[in-house]
Amino acid sequence: MELRLAITSHSARVDPLGLLLTAAAAAAWCCLPFVIFKSNRIMPGEPRALQAVLPPWGVIGLPAVLLLTAVVALGIADAKRRLIAALGAIVVLALAIAAAANALTPAGNRIVRVAPGAAFWVVLICLGLLATDAITRLRPRPLARVLLLAVCVGGGMLALRYGPFGNLSVMREYAVNAARFPLELRRHVLLAAGSLIAAVIVGLPLGILCHRTPRLRPPVLGTLGVIQTIPAIALFGILMAPLGALAGAVPAAAALGIRGIGAAPAAVALFLYSLLPIVANTVIGLRRVSQAAVEAARGMGMTARQVLARVELPLALPVILTGIRVVLVQNIGMVTVAALIGGGGLGTFVFQGIGQTAIDLVLLGAIPTVVLAFSGSVLLDALIEVLERTPSAGREAAA
Amino acid sequence: MSGTNLLRWTTLGLLLAFLIFPGRFAPVFAPLTHYGAPPIYDQGNLLMLALAQLGTVCCAAAASTLVAVGLGILVTRPAGAQFLPLSRTLVNIGQTFPPVAVLAVAVPLVGFGEKPTLIALFAYGLLPIFENTIAGLRSCPPTVLEAASGTGMSGRERLRLIELPLALPLILEGIRLSLVINVGTATIGSTVAAKGLGEVIIAGLLSSNTAFILQGGLVTGLMAVLLYDGLATLERRVSRAVPLD
Amino acid sequence: MIQIENLTKQYGSTTVVDRVSLCVERNSIAVIVGTSGSGKSTLLRMINRLVEPTSGRVLLDGADTRSEPAHLLRRRIGYAIQGHGLFPHRTVAENVATVPRLLGWPEDRIRARVSELLGIFQLDPALYAGAFPHQLSGGQQQRVGVARALAAEPGVLLMDEPFGALDPIIRAKAQEDLLAIQRRFGTTVVLVTHDMDEAFRLGHRVAVMSQGRVLQFDRPSVLLTQPADPFVARMTGISDRALRLLALTTAGEAAVPGSSAGPRVSASASLREVLSELLWSGATSATVLGEDGSARGQLDVAAILARGRP
Repeated sequence: MELRLAITSHSARVDPLGLLLTAAAAAAWCCLPFVIFKSNRIMPGEPRALQAVLPPWGVIGLPAVLLLTAVVALGIADAKRRLIAALGAIVVLALAIAAAANALTPAGNRIVRVAPGAAFWVVLICLGLLATDAITRLRPRPLARVLLLAVCVGGGMLALRYGPFGNLSVMREYAVNAARFPLELRRHVLLAAGSLIAAVIVGLPLGILCHRTPRLRPPVLGTLGVIQTIPAIALFGILMAPLGALAGAVPAAAALGIRGIGAAPAAVALFLYSLLPIVANTVIGLRRVSQAAVEAARGMGMTARQVLARVELPLALPVILTGIRVVLVQNIGMVTVAALIGGGGLGTFVFQGIGQTAIDLVLLGAIPTVVLAFSGSVLLDALIEVLERTPSAGREAAA
Repeated sequence: MSGTNLLRWTTLGLLLAFLIFPGRFAPVFAPLTHYGAPPIYDQGNLLMLALAQLGTVCCAAAASTLVAVGLGILVTRPAGAQFLPLSRTLVNIGQTFPPVAVLAVAVPLVGFGEKPTLIALFAYGLLPIFENTIAGLRSCPPTVLEAASGTGMSGRERLRLIELPLALPLILEGIRLSLVINVGTATIGSTVAAKGLGEVIIAGLLSSNTAFILQGGLVTGLMAVLLYDGLATLERRVSRAVPLD
Repeated sequence: MIQIENLTKQYGSTTVVDRVSLCVERNSIAVIVGTSGSGKSTLLRMINRLVEPTSGRVLLDGADTRSEPAHLLRRRIGYAIQGHGLFPHRTVAENVATVPRLLGWPEDRIRARVSELLGIFQLDPALYAGAFPHQLSGGQQQRVGVARALAAEPGVLLMDEPFGALDPIIRAKAQEDLLAIQRRFGTTVVLVTHDMDEAFRLGHRVAVMSQGRVLQFDRPSVLLTQPADPFVARMTGISDRALRLLALTTAGEAAVPGSSAGPRVSASASLREVLSELLWSGATSATVLGEDGSARGQLDVAAILARGRP
């Protein structure tokens, strides 16, 4: 603390964000537990002191690294250095919590659980904010952002797979569910992406139609808007009845896997939710296309279809993609709810965890969901930016 | 216009009638049940559940409005301008968090019941309001702001008399979005033992009683639609003067 | 009276306004003219402290403008800008009432003042008081902007390219209105423009600015006949400076006793207009008519040409 205060008072310009983050992290470090020890997975945990659980390198090394990062956050303006410091500190923090888990778990014991405590999460969030701020300041190009994401996600997954994290409570839950996890993950992605693709196939022509026929706009957009206000859980439930009836009446449908319970109502509901952003953004995107460009295209002798395919759609593409991004993020989140009606996906772990009051199981479902949604959003954002920068690329992509 | 109004009041009337005298609607729902299961939710009072859910949603929305508008004002003042780029990035990241995940993560912090639902709704409701507050405050034309300072308004007067009124339609839109999302999310709150219509839906899911699911879903949906519509009307009133481009 | 003393504004290492000293007499119109980036707007905005000077000071009727909080100072100074800056969520009447409300005037006084101003600017209060800015034409919006600036009866009115967004015909009308109102209220006006014709038309005195410095601040005729700097000469227009000079004098001022068989011109017409009329009609002299339509004297070509020389 003394060192930090000394720096604050001596340097001419203290970074305000650095000050805020350092203060929050320091307060959490002092007042909140770093590690929680549970004698089994649903027992309330008890905090453990850092000195008692970390090997000697950690007891001195972790605070030293965090302090160094605080110095960078407070006094160094260069965004690249701030990013490196934040990412480095995150790695050290992760190693420290893994070491703590390994030290606290008796060899061969599969019943005790060691979970990161509130101080760990607060410090992690502060470091994450520091990194995010640095990235925001660096304004990386789209490709660089995607690469950074790939490195972080890929690195994280490799570390969890091969690193010393096996004794952490979340990883214990993963080990228990290791066989089911890839299946549910695949189901989650399939449900989210499948309903999105179906919505694009239907929504794009519908949007073009609405653009061409202004009379259609209010009823179509109004109806889709009302659908959006129905809570997911209710729409899933409501769709169970007609789909169940369909399966009962048409054996062929049942053979296709359409049933009242399971993935079918979830897929249909997600498809319905997805329509509004896609149709609305297609209409907005087409309306924003400059009339001069359309006139010029017509003047050069393009047919209506050529104008649409070569001028209007490519120019409207970034806006349409923004709609698709919204849908993708929204779907990935909503598939979680599908687990309630037996639709599967990562939500299964979340609701099982809630049912068993096992927070680690909840996290096993929630964290990958967030990572999926975040990755999807970064990818599509990058794509949109690339298309906006180079319209010619957009034309090729559309053709 | 009158047709819309008629639809609006009929919907509200139907909703209230169903909530106050659910028994009268039994014949409507009876065909959806099998083996003599009750057609109308009988494990609690529908009206109380609806009100409880509405209360939770409104409390959370009030709190998130206060915090989000306050933060939005802060980061658009010169003193807080440094935090603007970061806060916008955070809003974008925050929106990738599914509501269920927020809800589920809140449980271990505060236990089961209303509290995690309130926290999740509060946290999730922050984002649209915060984003729209920033957008609204930043969309004030620079000439108008210059004229406001030029006429001798202090920073606070300018905020109160010019910037906030001009941003109000967008802020209200943010509140509307967050309310509608939250009415839906609140039903999921029932999985963590919060009082609400999710109870009815989940009871229906557990006992394969479509009538229950439909009741819970319809009442929630109608509440969401009516809230959405009511706030949209308010927005139109507020923005009567400001031509939206 | 506005005394500007050694006023300087620097942003980092660039000097936008460089040691400017000016004195604007009470009840007069001073026009600051210059190319874009000359620092004219910054100079104007330092008078009401929308921009805080780096050094130097501004005295308003002898008192340093820094002796009170900036926003209180601005309530005493009218301010009108290009594109009018009307508050889109407030009616015309509410817009005009802005400063009186800030000053806490009683409601009936505010109402009376708003009606008076709308009347002066030819905006029927019954029609326009409750209208919103976007329902008005560009010229009407601009008039409301000036009415708002004048609402609290300020002694000083600052205008930053107030007519920049108007088309030529409406602009000429707005300039006439401004002259009439300045005469009526005796307001001290400082106006910024890049249009030399506007500067000559409105300004009792005109300041020519370039690269943050005021090159010359004088009556229009002096700027034309004795430019202090080649840049001033270029700005005032070498090719047609004789005609500009003629435009500064009215027929009434130049008329000599006598009568003429040539065309009849109004005493308020400028010599430039009279010369044009003579060229058109092929006559060599014109009769000057007074306000009442009676002959006040005559003007011949030689007399007019003599006034077009320094």
